[in-house]
Amino acid sequence: MASTETTGTAGIARPERAAPTTTQPTLDDTRPPAHRTAMTVERDAGLPGHGRPAMLFLAPFVVLYVLFIIGPAIYGLVMSFFDTSLVKSGLGDFAGLSNYAEAISSRDFWSSLWHTIWFTILTTPPLVIVSFFFALLAERARRARWFFRLAFFLPYVLPSAVVALIWIWLYTPVLGLFTRWAVKLGFTEPNWLGDPNLAMFSLALTTLWWTLGFNFVLYLAGLQDIPRDLYEASSIDGAGPWQQIWRITVPMLRRTTMLVVVLQVIASLKVFDQMYIMTQGGPNFATRSALQYIYDVGFTDFRTGYAAAASTLFFLVVLAVSAVWLVLARRQEPEL
Amino acid sequence: MTAIADKPAADRELSAEQARRYATSADRRLKLFNRTCIGVLIAFALLWLVPLAWAVDTSLKPNGETTNPTWKIMEPTLASYRTLLDQGDIINWYAASIITSTLSALGTVVTASLAAFALSRMRFRYRWLVFWFVLIGIMIPNQVLIVPQFRELAAVNLLNTYWAVILPQIPTAIAVFIFKQFFDGLPKDLDEAARIDGAGFWRIYSRVVMPLARPAVSAVAIFTFVWSWNALLWPLLVLTNPKLMTIPVGLATVQGTYGVRYADTMASAILGAIPLVLVFLLFQRRIVEGIAGTGLKG
Repeated sequence: MASTETTGTAGIARPERAAPTTTQPTLDDTRPPAHRTAMTVERDAGLPGHGRPAMLFLAPFVVLYVLFIIGPAIYGLVMSFFDTSLVKSGLGDFAGLSNYAEAISSRDFWSSLWHTIWFTILTTPPLVIVSFFFALLAERARRARWFFRLAFFLPYVLPSAVVALIWIWLYTPVLGLFTRWAVKLGFTEPNWLGDPNLAMFSLALTTLWWTLGFNFVLYLAGLQDIPRDLYEASSIDGAGPWQQIWRITVPMLRRTTMLVVVLQVIASLKVFDQMYIMTQGGPNFATRSALQYIYDVGFTDFRTGYAAAASTLFFLVVLAVSAVWLVLARRQEPEL
Repeated sequence: MTAIADKPAADRELSAEQARRYATSADRRLKLFNRTCIGVLIAFALLWLVPLAWAVDTSLKPNGETTNPTWKIMEPTLASYRTLLDQGDIINWYAASIITSTLSALGTVVTASLAAFALSRMRFRYRWLVFWFVLIGIMIPNQVLIVPQFRELAAVNLLNTYWAVILPQIPTAIAVFIFKQFFDGLPKDLDEAARIDGAGFWRIYSRVVMPLARPAVSAVAIFTFVWSWNALLWPLLVLTNPKLMTIPVGLATVQGTYGVRYADTMASAILGAIPLVLVFLLFQRRIVEGIAGTGLKG
């Protein structure tokens, strides 16, 4: 408040602020600009009559945001320094950094984090490259685009549980369609989800099928932004379709590719659903993701404080990737 | 004179013929290339449809026939669907999903658009601070908040209620930015004209800006609806009563109990997919435009 800054305490300020009320009924909103200090003006002065409605407009979002996002974030951070348990109320004993120390020295924590990273490594390149390839092909189709959009994008809107049920059936030993295809192609019968060495690849394949449509759509939009005359000019100069793809399309889509890659990495790091439903983290914890580790220690072992510490560590990993996203987004949207 | 004129004319005719031949061969090659591309893509698209087609196919067989994994159905039947609908669980799940997703989407659209309107149109103090405060939210993945959120909702006795699912899903920081971006792009003259006519901020918001922001509203509404519908981790934690479960939670929970009744399992998957297939078919264009325009990802 500008007027409290000019005088000392709020109590003394009051009569001073009350003085103009005789002429200006809504004193808060119609404060003359002279009362404002330089510091606030520099950032954003605020126009008279904007403060109170702004508060009202912001209130519903900010209240829920503080209650369910910022509040829990701070609460979780505090909890990570305590031996909080799910079955006891209150924070429990102060534990200092021992939760963090335990997580960092825990094999299970690192192996689950590694599974998440391994999953990210397995899914990101195919999801980027295959979707780019499909978008390139689809761009040449004049008709029936709706069909490609349907085929590739429809799976993306389905719930993970539906996708998981269908793919468990496809992967079922002996009876599953994909198991039989593999046998027909001359492979020994694969145990898609039961073999610890194969399970993660099977989950990656499911994820490729499920989420490819999202990147496909981003690439199709990117392709439409490339000016037509570039292709026309190059074909007059005698460039064939392959040359056009390598010399025009790929470089022109650099920005889209960066966006697709970063969004894909963030999404893959948050993987939980596929593994939880399809393999329950098994066989022998070979596919337990970082989020499932948090879920297990927090809600099966009831070790809430420790789970909060693991969440914080996981958050730091995602944050590092998000920071990259922010830099990219900022370049495109200056105000972000 | 005719001799001189004749020769170049014949020359020209020849070169035109040649050019046409070149053009047609290049054209034909390009056409062939395009045809091949589309052929390859159609093959992939059909491959992409196999899992869904196989699920539908299986769901139409009697349970006993699923041990014979062929596409051909000996005795097509809707028995599996009837069994599931008779059991009734899935009806409850539909209700839960529709209620929670609709209210979440509505809550997000209303709260985020109001906040974005303030950030876009009002010059209040500490606007920059509010802006950055909201920005932090984009970087916090909901998944890292499950532990404290769960304790918070347990403390106020909201576990196993729809509110436990809806309330934490409403504040969506990214939605505020999508609205703000859209509002910033609307010409300010419109609301200035309205201001001169004596309209307050609420009137400008509800009568001028929101009607123009239909594309942003539908993008945010559709996306938050789909995210909410598909959410698994959070509803799985807070809804343990089978009557209150949403579709994904219900399907994930009963997944093991069908055993070898593969037709029933696939029928449940298809029933779980139908609402979203409808959403997709109805709003295909909007969804695709929304992704292309904002890079939204769940």
